[in-house]
Amino acid sequence: MTDFIQMTGIGKSFAGIIALKDASLAIRPGEVHAIIGQNGAGKSTLIKILTGVYRRDAGDVRKDGKPLAVSTPREAQDAGIATIYQELSLVPLRSVTENVVMGYEPRTRFGLIDWKAAHARTREILARFGVDVDVTRQLGSYSTAIQQLVAIARAVSLDAKLVIMDEATSSLDDQEIETLFSVVRNLRDSGVAVLYISHFLDELYQICDRVTIMRDGQTVATHVVAETTKLGLVSEMLGRDASEIQAAGLTALSGGHGNPGEVLLEAEGLRSKTGLRGTSFNIRKREIVGLGGLLGSGRTEAARAVFGLDAVSEGRVRHHSGAALDTPAQAIALGMGFLTEDRKADGIIPHMSVRENITLAMLPRLKRMGAVDRERERELVAHYIDALQIKTSGMEQPIRELSGGNQQKVLLARWLALEPEILILDEPTRGVDVGAKFEIQSIIRKQVADGLAVLLISSEFEELVEGADRIVVLQEGRSVSELQNPGITEGALINAIAHHHERSVA
Amino acid sequence: MSATVAIMRERFDPSRHGALLALAVILLFNLLVTPNFLQAQTLFVNISQVATIAIVAMGMTLVIATGGIDLSVGAIMALSGALAPLIFLSDFAAANPTLGLTASIVVPVFVALCCGIFNGVLVSFLNVQPIVATLIFFISGRGLAQVLTNGNLQTFTNPSFSYLGTGRVLGLPFQGWLVLLIALILYWVVTRSIFGRQLLAVGGNERAARLSGIPVHRVKIGAYVICAGLSGLAGLIVVAINSASDAARIGNLMELDAIAAAVVGGTLLQGGRAPIFGAILGAVIIQLVKYTLLANGIADEVALIAKAGIIIAAVYLQQARKE
Ligand SMILES: Nc1ncnc2c1ncn2[C@@H]1O[C@H](COP(=O)(O)OP(=O)(O)OP(=O)(O)O)[C@@H](O)[C@H]1O
Ligand SMILES: [Mg+2]
Repeated sequence: MTDFIQMTGIGKSFAGIIALKDASLAIRPGEVHAIIGQNGAGKSTLIKILTGVYRRDAGDVRKDGKPLAVSTPREAQDAGIATIYQELSLVPLRSVTENVVMGYEPRTRFGLIDWKAAHARTREILARFGVDVDVTRQLGSYSTAIQQLVAIARAVSLDAKLVIMDEATSSLDDQEIETLFSVVRNLRDSGVAVLYISHFLDELYQICDRVTIMRDGQTVATHVVAETTKLGLVSEMLGRDASEIQAAGLTALSGGHGNPGEVLLEAEGLRSKTGLRGTSFNIRKREIVGLGGLLGSGRTEAARAVFGLDAVSEGRVRHHSGAALDTPAQAIALGMGFLTEDRKADGIIPHMSVRENITLAMLPRLKRMGAVDRERERELVAHYIDALQIKTSGMEQPIRELSGGNQQKVLLARWLALEPEILILDEPTRGVDVGAKFEIQSIIRKQVADGLAVLLISSEFEELVEGADRIVVLQEGRSVSELQNPGITEGALINAIAHHHERSVA
Repeated sequence: MSATVAIMRERFDPSRHGALLALAVILLFNLLVTPNFLQAQTLFVNISQVATIAIVAMGMTLVIATGGIDLSVGAIMALSGALAPLIFLSDFAAANPTLGLTASIVVPVFVALCCGIFNGVLVSFLNVQPIVATLIFFISGRGLAQVLTNGNLQTFTNPSFSYLGTGRVLGLPFQGWLVLLIALILYWVVTRSIFGRQLLAVGGNERAARLSGIPVHRVKIGAYVICAGLSGLAGLIVVAINSASDAARIGNLMELDAIAAAVVGGTLLQGGRAPIFGAILGAVIIQLVKYTLLANGIADEVALIAKAGIIIAAVYLQQARKE
């Protein structure tokens, strides 16, 4: 069988720094092909070369055996390659419909955009993913998960021969991922190839046929997924011995063993325009409180309200000091931190260096005679680059040049460097590779043991169930129950969410 | 290693590269074509004229770095330029020359700063689009200046005040040194101070900046205030150069020159970057283009078209980055 896409000997460097050298990839028609590798291994760069975002320095790209020359993403799309990039490239200020049909708008006889048809088509496309939203509203007003689903829906609707998904499931929960998988299976059955980049090895075993492993800009191997073991894949990814990894273990968190201290923050009957309708919970010293719930249950909204970002119309947030929490600046001054879920929109300052991004929230503390104390700043930054193993060519590298997972680590460093008393983590390990995830989770655990209080939101049930000491279950903006670790299982959490869901529907 | 990387980056920056190249081309052209270009007199004329553009362009750079724009700079120049002679020609100044002179510098600049606060508050707290917010003074500021002076041309002889525009230090125009001093201070502010860091963060990603506890409103107001203050100063220099104040003409079209200089100097219109010395480079280019056309007897209107061409080229270079 000839390969649909064949990339060989691909080399790429940025300003003298090598990102890819002699990387290769072969995708057969109608297969689901995974690429895995550590943060910064070159996965996104490889696909961006395929789709014409970057120009390759060396190597050969063929489609159906013939050389493929695309120099812009649009040309790639026209050649039958639809892509969902890791950093969503949608337009948040435009309507859902505009985002879905952009570039391929249905026209009326007079050449104008046929909005009625466009809305109808968008609704139909989204319905395949079980998404039922007002398609005329701004995309940015919906959650990251919905935005991700919209991006996927758009790509799938383009009638492509190859659909590329670069960490497309990073903010989806189990149920949404299931829906996505059934769409992927449909695509495969109709002969469309899917290239699937993910840090979740479990997902590979569910839908992928073959897997390509990348390390340090090179392709290490391609296997049939059914013939691999998870441990084998991880050891190839990290370039370390399997036995070594097994000894270290792969899950770091285990909640429910600490002895929480006094209450630091209490939310009482919060209601807000953003959709909270009676949310109450508290956070104590030395504990990780998880927020569980479905998409739209108000987890992020609850976090925003406690951090003073959104006004509450009823109820209140009580900080143990008695001070009011009405702006982020105030919250930070009181020792709180908030790692947000959308790293592109709410997190990184793209032009700024890794150094400047890490110290952004702690500038007042680095003040020396009106200026930034550069020596202390460098020391601190060097420490966190090392502790979180951030892959960068140096602390002066602009953050936008880092791989997605490494950007996430920088943002985490921003908040850890603040040494907060209360830290809100909304999807803290999104896009982070297996090895680094373990590191990050153990760093957080260690800080919690030293007194940190954490409010954890994660669409990954495993992270929540194993990480949290307590889980507050939210449902349509209301806190409905609380689970206590040790003893929470994924089943129990899903049950708690579903149970209350049914009851409230009835 | 990291040093070489940094140098490589600098070298790959097309916006800077382009501006330096443009400067070289203009200089070469003048050397070949313009008569008497290589004379001290030419240098003095250009320095004294570029100073006002450069000063305002540096302020504009800070505003653009926040993602904003300030259209009121020319009008604020007119306002402060109209105020100064009113003060030192007053009876009060005649009685207390030193105090009068000081007041004629301090008061106009103070008024300019107030205009900046007004702009900043509109843009930050009231969330008005920067173009619209600064349009208010763009329209009314010059009018106000003309009302203050009854639309008259004020001429004067006041050597102390004129020093601002005609003085020499070490043989070079005073305002040239002033530009250098302001540039050094602002360069320090942008690269070293907390405020500078916050400024670039606000322009780079306002939502992220706010979430990191940066006082976004205060930072924006700060940028507009500095820009307005520098415009006020530039207005004084224009008046000092001419020993006359004409509210209708001071700083006319300065907003365009300043924006052009900032953009040519590598400031991104989306915000997040504030190359102070780039703004000076941009100002020098704008000035030299004007001078070149003038010295070769080409009409002023053509100069406007040339300036537009430069802006287009600069913006094109900014957009044309592709790895
Ligand atoms: N525009 C750029 N400029 C400079 N370096 C870059 C650029 N884009 C990527 N790199 C570098 O290339 C390397 C590979 O990055 P890439 O984004 O492909 O990693 P990745 O495998 O997708 O990682 P992740 O799992 O974190 O998304 C990284 O070291 C990154 O810093
Ligand atoms: Mg990536």
